[in-house]
Amino acid sequence: MSILINKDTKVITQGITGKTGQFHTEKCQEYANGKECFVAGVNPKKAGEKIFDIPIYASVKEAAGETGATVSVIYVPPAGAAAAIWEAVEADLDLAICITEGIPVRDMLEVRNKMKAKVAAGGKETLLLGPNCPGLITPDEIKIGIMPGHIHRKGRIGVVSRSGTLTYEAVAQLTEIGLGQSSAVGIGGDPINGLKHIDVMRMFNDDPDTDAVIMIGEIGGPDEAEAAQWCKANMKKPIVGFIAGVTAPAGKRMGHAGALISGGADTADAKLAIMEECGFTVTRNPSEMAKLLKAML
Amino acid sequence: MKIHEYQGKQILKKFGVTVPRGIHCTTVDDAVKAAETLGGKVWVVKAQIHAGGRGKGGGVKVAKSLDEVRQYAGQILGMQLITHQTGPEGQKVRNLLIEEGADIKHEYYVAALTDRATQKVAIMASSEGGMDIEEVAHSTPEKIIKVFVDPLTGLTDEQALTLAKGIGIPEGSVAQAVDTFKKLYTTYMETDASLAEINPLIHEGDGTIKALDAKFNFDSNALFRHPEIVEMRDLDEEDADEIEASKFDLAYISLDGNIGCLVNGAGLAMATMDTIKLFGAEPANFLDVGGGATTEKVTEAFKIMLKNPKVKGILVNIFGGIMRCDTIATGVVTAAKEVHLSVPLVVRMKGTNEEIGKQILRDSGLPIIAADTMAEAAQKIVDAVK
Repeated sequence: MSILINKDTKVITQGITGKTGQFHTEKCQEYANGKECFVAGVNPKKAGEKIFDIPIYASVKEAAGETGATVSVIYVPPAGAAAAIWEAVEADLDLAICITEGIPVRDMLEVRNKMKAKVAAGGKETLLLGPNCPGLITPDEIKIGIMPGHIHRKGRIGVVSRSGTLTYEAVAQLTEIGLGQSSAVGIGGDPINGLKHIDVMRMFNDDPDTDAVIMIGEIGGPDEAEAAQWCKANMKKPIVGFIAGVTAPAGKRMGHAGALISGGADTADAKLAIMEECGFTVTRNPSEMAKLLKAML
Repeated sequence: MKIHEYQGKQILKKFGVTVPRGIHCTTVDDAVKAAETLGGKVWVVKAQIHAGGRGKGGGVKVAKSLDEVRQYAGQILGMQLITHQTGPEGQKVRNLLIEEGADIKHEYYVAALTDRATQKVAIMASSEGGMDIEEVAHSTPEKIIKVFVDPLTGLTDEQALTLAKGIGIPEGSVAQAVDTFKKLYTTYMETDASLAEINPLIHEGDGTIKALDAKFNFDSNALFRHPEIVEMRDLDEEDADEIEASKFDLAYISLDGNIGCLVNGAGLAMATMDTIKLFGAEPANFLDVGGGATTEKVTEAFKIMLKNPKVKGILVNIFGGIMRCDTIATGVVTAAKEVHLSVPLVVRMKGTNEEIGKQILRDSGLPIIAADTMAEAAQKIVDAVK
């Protein structure tokens, strides 16, 4: 078991014909069961063609209908990425994973509110991971996204983070001390996104094959605090927490669009304090995340 | 991206919000001419810099004669204006706004911004205008009224009315206030702003609702569809090193410490800065070289870091994923040679082609200090600069 995806997941790639989409689709195909998982691509102008033996369809709906795929991964450039998310939602997929960085916030606001309105009207809910995220991986089964597959090992630790390279850092530390991962999830660095820490923590809590979790956050926004409060009341598994940006100045955007301190509650210190209060084992030394977790098992 | 007040008012005016008549100028003579053109007996001479708190810092003066306009414009133009947002060195004033005087009966506050928790647009208003809103939020939070706007429906009449009544707009001006709030919301959405703030919003003796200030911040991800806003960018108001870095697609932010850091990924870059602090030193910068770092990019990153005379050592921390460690190692060696690096350099590399990368560093003949973990790297660079 794992969360969200496994070796039997069938994936559509939106933006498969672009340079980034091609590059990563090939890497994902090469990883574990990838050849079986990546079953379709979308590009209305190239419908009927193939790329790496993957058939290209005119729309997500058609691709899903023909192949039975339930998940899509999006590499479409920023100006069209929110429309690509909406296309996946309209096709009633289970999950859309948006890798694209640089989507206008207004586009994300509009598509998120459309997604919520669809569910409120009784429509099927499509989960969204990202945007501006590395994707997610269930080691030795399937990788959907841009993370380096070879640093992962199959195991029982969950990892969730807003940052790509910090996710890799945590995973590599775990692998190095002999702890594999159930799933590693990058939720992305944008201010308006889909799945949040709290949603992924819920899934890890419910997953019988996850024993403990490393939760990594950063400055800006209320998500980590919200997840911490939920964990305090509900989480049955040990958690190691780290927040990046203790040294970040207020009012400056630190690379990620969402990494911006705008009040007193979204500093790294404030988040670390809440997480500690809610029973997390927090660290200010990111080199220690895996070691601390191992000591708790 | 930020703009000046006078530009913000041009935008508000375009969307139908009432603003005082005013003229932008850059010389004392033009300031006097502007006052003559505007006519009347009272003018406001306002320093234009990209920072708040200008009034308290002496950058806003009320002039009651053309001589006073000349005098104040002369004082303000060219001054280093220090406010709580500029830092101790202040910001040089290069632009002025000369405005007609206003008959202020009461000052309010209103702003539009994106609320991350609800994923809606928050419109925030207060009866306590003209002050620092964070101070109001802290001392009298009940005086801030907020509504959350669904972008699919827009700001409704009912919500706008809640705001107007909630902050005590007098009966005769409510209709205009409602209209102003709706136009502010439209401006916010149509321009892809990330902040649109009017502080103060006033009502005048005759009941007119007017925006006496305008502060905008725009979503840099959306600038591609707003060439008219990009044109308003004033590079004089931005950090020169940050501008230079952005030309090479590097995310760079100047800080106060003495350890330069070069990292891939925003989260890992912040974690590296934090680790440096944990081991007793302070980072000199935030620098994310991104996913596709070439030798050229790494070289430029070194040059930008080393422009800062405070830098006494450099820490490179790379997690090779798609970007391979050998590529980065080659870039680091080339850059170190090209800039004749004379400060200690610690490199920590992890991930794809790690061993090849480390070999390239060892074979370079440069005194590069290798480290296996972020903590070890931080400890080594802190020791090296002592």
